[in-house]
Amino acid sequence: METIDLTLIWALIIALGVFMYVLMDGFDLGVGILFPYAPGDTARDIMMNTVAPVWDGNETWLVLGGAGLLGAFPMVYSILLPAMYLPVLVMLVALIFRGVAFEFRFKAKQSKWLWDVSFTVGSTLAAFSQGVILGAFIQGFEVVDGAYAGGMFDWLSPFSIMTGLGLVAGYALVGCAWIIMKTTGDVREWAYSIAHRLLYVTLFAIVVVSVWTPLMHDAIAQRWFSLPNFFYFMPVPVITAGLAVVFYRALLQRRDYLPFFCALGLYILSYTGLAISLWPHVIQPDITLWEAASAPESQLFLLLGVLFTLPIILGYTTWTYWVFRGKVTEHSAGYH
Amino acid sequence: MDLDPLLLSRIQFAFVISWHIIFPAFTIGLASYIAVLEGLYFKTNNPTYLRLSKFWIKIFAVSFGMGVVSGIVMSFQFGTNWSEFAYASANFMGPVLSYEVVTAFFLEATFLGVLLFGRDKVPQGAHLLAAIMVAVGTFISSFWILAANSWMQTPAGVEMVDGVFRVTSWIEAIFNPSFPYRLVHMVMAAFLTTGFFVVGVSAWYLLKGRATESARVMLSMTLWLLLVLAPAQVFVGDMHGLNTLEHQPQKVAAMEGNWETQSHAPLLLFAIPDSEAETNHFEIGIPSLASIILKHHADGVVPGLKDWAPEDRPVVGVTFWSFRVMVGIGFLMVAVVLIGLVLRLRGRLFDAAWFHRVCVGMLPLSFVAVLAGWLTTETGRFPWVVHGLMRVEDAVTPALTGGVVLASLLVYIAVYAVVFLAGAYYIVKIIQAGPDREDVPAGEDTQEELRRRPSRPLSAVDQTFDTPE
Repeated sequence: METIDLTLIWALIIALGVFMYVLMDGFDLGVGILFPYAPGDTARDIMMNTVAPVWDGNETWLVLGGAGLLGAFPMVYSILLPAMYLPVLVMLVALIFRGVAFEFRFKAKQSKWLWDVSFTVGSTLAAFSQGVILGAFIQGFEVVDGAYAGGMFDWLSPFSIMTGLGLVAGYALVGCAWIIMKTTGDVREWAYSIAHRLLYVTLFAIVVVSVWTPLMHDAIAQRWFSLPNFFYFMPVPVITAGLAVVFYRALLQRRDYLPFFCALGLYILSYTGLAISLWPHVIQPDITLWEAASAPESQLFLLLGVLFTLPIILGYTTWTYWVFRGKVTEHSAGYH
Repeated sequence: MDLDPLLLSRIQFAFVISWHIIFPAFTIGLASYIAVLEGLYFKTNNPTYLRLSKFWIKIFAVSFGMGVVSGIVMSFQFGTNWSEFAYASANFMGPVLSYEVVTAFFLEATFLGVLLFGRDKVPQGAHLLAAIMVAVGTFISSFWILAANSWMQTPAGVEMVDGVFRVTSWIEAIFNPSFPYRLVHMVMAAFLTTGFFVVGVSAWYLLKGRATESARVMLSMTLWLLLVLAPAQVFVGDMHGLNTLEHQPQKVAAMEGNWETQSHAPLLLFAIPDSEAETNHFEIGIPSLASIILKHHADGVVPGLKDWAPEDRPVVGVTFWSFRVMVGIGFLMVAVVLIGLVLRLRGRLFDAAWFHRVCVGMLPLSFVAVLAGWLTTETGRFPWVVHGLMRVEDAVTPALTGGVVLASLLVYIAVYAVVFLAGAYYIVKIIQAGPDREDVPAGEDTQEELRRRPSRPLSAVDQTFDTPE
């Protein structure tokens, strides 16, 4: 077994899990963020119905991220969560309010507006606190003997607020692209009308975070701007810029599916950039993947299960997306 | 500040887990019930089953949603408040909880989407499959989470290396000594909870003279199930207790309120345990019965709490009383199903109003029994988080301050109050609306049926019977 680096495989699996989460819950949180700006109540019903059958499965990736982190990188789990006590609390409460809104909104009559608010505020706060967690993760934590030793507000900084706002914009963008893809008529027209602005804001956030991150850590600046690394990594920003142009034109040409896949591409590229910056540290500035890993027998035991089940999960997840394919209209049936 | 982060974290954990467990306890059984109803409809085409299934799916959706959101809270609690425990036990807990996610949570969450929204989008067989998958998911989930909990109660298959548990045998760790008993006991408890919920709702309809046809079907089929389950649960519970006596004797001592190690130990029906004075006040007991139950002999020696140092004893009062509440309700359940049988044999099951009132009263009690059972086993494990190996004070997150935990506890209390009250309110509304009101009043079901016919074999055959032309 010595030849196989289980820890590396696990890093890739967790990275995949987090990516799946950010993408999939990203669009349904994005739908929630855009909720109040929608043109009317029917539009809101339609928007919610585009994500209602799948949001639960999407959110399960977050639970997998949490449990997988505990299983493969317990040190990260047991440092990150105490350090992020308050942002995690806000995220959980936000996810509660938005999760129950799916059920309650269609049952409510006079109090429907209340669950609209709960859905929007919940989605927005969940996105924001996830962005804050990301920002604090990039900043790094004070660790003594493998345990978090900082205060309860160390995460709070201009940078983490920036990443929080950035992720709200990013989720709103992918949510908007999702609405374009899944709806017709007025709702889709409205989504086109706001997509440009969301694209600008998201690109602005990507640029700011990309510039700010190397300014915070010399090692990261070193990684990007030393030669020959600079040339190896150059494609990441260049392709990002190219994709932004494709995205813009796709919106102009009123393409149905392309904007969503452009948003997907932007996510992958930002994610790649982040990985280049942070590698191989899982707790900035100096705990590596291998130091934070769980015991090899635990990683192996879990890996066998995951390698077996993940293709099945992806299979039936694809099947449900296929079942609910196509446009959602006000006539689409629910069980309510 | 004098706020103790340990105590507050314990209160918070007890609070969020207690609210959470209510929903799995309900949805495990309900998922199977819905799968059975869908299966019966698939087989018989009887629209009553479809109506009932649609009705319970609505209730399931609300409770499952609340179970999911309160469950996400659970998966982060370990890290935020119990990081030392999380870190030390991660080699076992991490894989086990992850297995729960990949084998159960995805299955439930994904197929739930099809169950709720896919009735008109997939063939009936695929819809039935979705219902079955959701039910299977709830069982797989119970398997893993109870393996994890049981390991904390009766740890096995691990060794401590440099302050963390390393797994030496996965089989021994997962199938640890208390696991089989706890698994069966809990799954049966979940079925009982759902069963008494269905019985309570049906009885309420009968009392109101509404949805009579559907209510009779539900009441009858569910009471048959409970007639088997309720007595069987008493038996399983007894075996679980004997297993606890073997592996966690101090818990049994606390459950029995037994201070001195003694033969002819009485079964206490009432007592107020006093941990300071190491005795009970106002004892009322049946002589020797505890010895007979636990050792099957009046001379059997039952362990007493004084065998352990005061700091190593469980929370006696809570363990003692929650155990009595659970057992009391358990016997009440047996009595109710037996009365139900007698009434059925006399042909009076559907018109004994007093019995229907009792059934309505049992509805909340079945949830109380589950909570009381968990309270017994969890407070009985105290002061250990991993029995015999790791104490709760060594498990808590070191960086926490009391103020922050108090704040989060208050937030959870406020949020859960709003969310779960709203959930309960909507469930009551669904029940009040009833299975027969439906968007499709009785009879129109068949119309909807007809539209979907072409996708199914033999569709033409009984068409004429269903259409009242």
